[in-house]
Amino acid sequence: MTIAKTPPAVMATNEARPLAIRNSPREKKRRWLRVGAVLLLILGAAFAGGPILWMLSSSFKSNTEIFEYPPRLLTENFSLDAYFSILNDPTKVRFFINSYVVSIAVTLLTLFIAILASYAFSRFEFKGKRIINVVIVSVQAVPPITLLIPYFGLVVGFGLYNTYPGLILTYMVFTLPYAIIMMTGYFNTLPRELDEAVRVDGAGSWTALWRILVPIATPGIVSVGIYTFMIAWNEYLFALTLTRTEDMRTVPIGIQLLMGQHSYEWNEMMAMSILGSIPVVLLFLFFQRYFLGGLVSGSVKS
Amino acid sequence: MSITSKGPRRDASRGGAPTPQTTESQTGASLPVFVNKTPNRARWNDAKKKGEPFAFLAPVIVLIGVLMVLPIGIVIGYSLFDNVITNKNPELVGVDNYIEVLTNPTFIAATGNTLVFTGASVVAHLVLGLAFAMLLNTNLLGRFSKAIFRTIFVLPWLFTVAIIAVLWRLLLNPSGVVNFLLSGVGLADQGTEWLSSPELALATVTFINIWAGYPFFMISLLAGLQGIPGELYEAATVDGASWWQRFISVTIPQLRPIIISMLLLDLIWTSQQFALIWLTTGGGPINVTEMLSTFTYKLAFSRYEFALASTSAVIILALSGILAFFYVRHQRARD
Repeated sequence: MTIAKTPPAVMATNEARPLAIRNSPREKKRRWLRVGAVLLLILGAAFAGGPILWMLSSSFKSNTEIFEYPPRLLTENFSLDAYFSILNDPTKVRFFINSYVVSIAVTLLTLFIAILASYAFSRFEFKGKRIINVVIVSVQAVPPITLLIPYFGLVVGFGLYNTYPGLILTYMVFTLPYAIIMMTGYFNTLPRELDEAVRVDGAGSWTALWRILVPIATPGIVSVGIYTFMIAWNEYLFALTLTRTEDMRTVPIGIQLLMGQHSYEWNEMMAMSILGSIPVVLLFLFFQRYFLGGLVSGSVKS
Repeated sequence: MSITSKGPRRDASRGGAPTPQTTESQTGASLPVFVNKTPNRARWNDAKKKGEPFAFLAPVIVLIGVLMVLPIGIVIGYSLFDNVITNKNPELVGVDNYIEVLTNPTFIAATGNTLVFTGASVVAHLVLGLAFAMLLNTNLLGRFSKAIFRTIFVLPWLFTVAIIAVLWRLLLNPSGVVNFLLSGVGLADQGTEWLSSPELALATVTFINIWAGYPFFMISLLAGLQGIPGELYEAATVDGASWWQRFISVTIPQLRPIIISMLLLDLIWTSQQFALIWLTTGGGPINVTEMLSTFTYKLAFSRYEFALASTSAVIILALSGILAFFYVRHQRARD
């Protein structure tokens, strides 16, 4: 076997390569490119992850150490006190319960309604389809601040001010359009023959949808669900305006309330930020594959 | 069915003969019930078929109608009256509110700030998102390290705006870590007031928004990059195209539809940003970071000028509507 015949792909390590090739200008250039790319990646990681790392580190400090000079990433007095003081305070735990209740309810209801609507969009031709579709796409662009004032009136009028249903219903207006668009895109990628075969066998569309289409579409549904949960978990403006009492506040508002109280408890705010981010970060990490795929096939290619 | 069909009556009907209950006695005609029934059933089936998609769509139509169309109607109505909600019998004032809002110096300043904030954010989101996506798409990295870096780069996007605002208030505190690092290399003075100095505040909130928003571009563009057929690059390389030429003549044209969608969506979303501003600067100092959203919110919930706030909200809606028009048109063209 001569050197010239060795395919480049086989030469996995530098050592295996002949010196002449290793030092060729092309290889040299490639090595410099790799060094440059890795440097840029590290810079990028510092830019993206540095602040998050600081948040984590600050949550383990005592409040007096937060602004010590010079600042240190790792403190000698590592402590979980900030976390304990949040988890032992019923008012603060309540923020988390509220956020979970609202976000899970919004996610389930959005998924149910969006599955129905997307099925109609994906599998039926009907009068007005285009118009309804355009309305749903453009509804995404309606600014929350525009709806805030009339909602305030409506929610108070229906007696939903400072209640879970008030928040859940308003959030769904923002989660549904996106969910329907993503899910319709996903349903469109599934062959029609699947559910049509069931309908020919005498089952109705309802059965075809829930028995056939939904199980196959699980990856898409999961990604839509995560996205919906994220929107609901992160919502700020309506949570701020449509609730009044501390026991109805969600996490984003709760963090702000910590900022207002007595002095700034930075370590507690950071601990609460970490606790408040865990659900979304975990969901994302576990379902990354589903999620990124679904997001792209739905939003970008719809 | 199989049991009943054993009966003689069923056998007769299967044979095509009319059942004993023909309507001869009523109509005098010899038409059996079955023939009469068929068009009815067909019509019923037809109606059911036509109505079916609407049954599936009913919850959405009701929700969007009650919680989107109705409120927009209400807010437009409010904007035409004087002092709604606080006054029991508001007076119709026509376009007076619009004149008042459009000539309000704070509103004009807020429009300018929103333009700067949105324009700079969106451009930076695209540039950073594309740069990160291309770094992650090179063949210089292994699968595992790619996954690690991708996760790190996505991080800012996983944190809610309220948390991002609090975090950057800590980082940018005059005695915080950013000043420590920047003064170490001589780029800023110790004690720089990033968020409360009128010269720096707008740039600072824009920077925070850039940091928080680029991953969304990165994710979509990365998927787009992975979808570009390798042959296109090979062909360009054979033709002797340089890296830059390949970028301009292959990468950008291939990503164009995604880029346009993302730009329009980001323009819509960034111009509506509220929480980030509200929790970092509150629109201050002296209006330098006042956005259309914070301006409207303050009118309504600090000054209780609901009619003027509604007017401002309708103007924002109209501006978003223009962007939405282009977005819908673009999405349709792609379908």
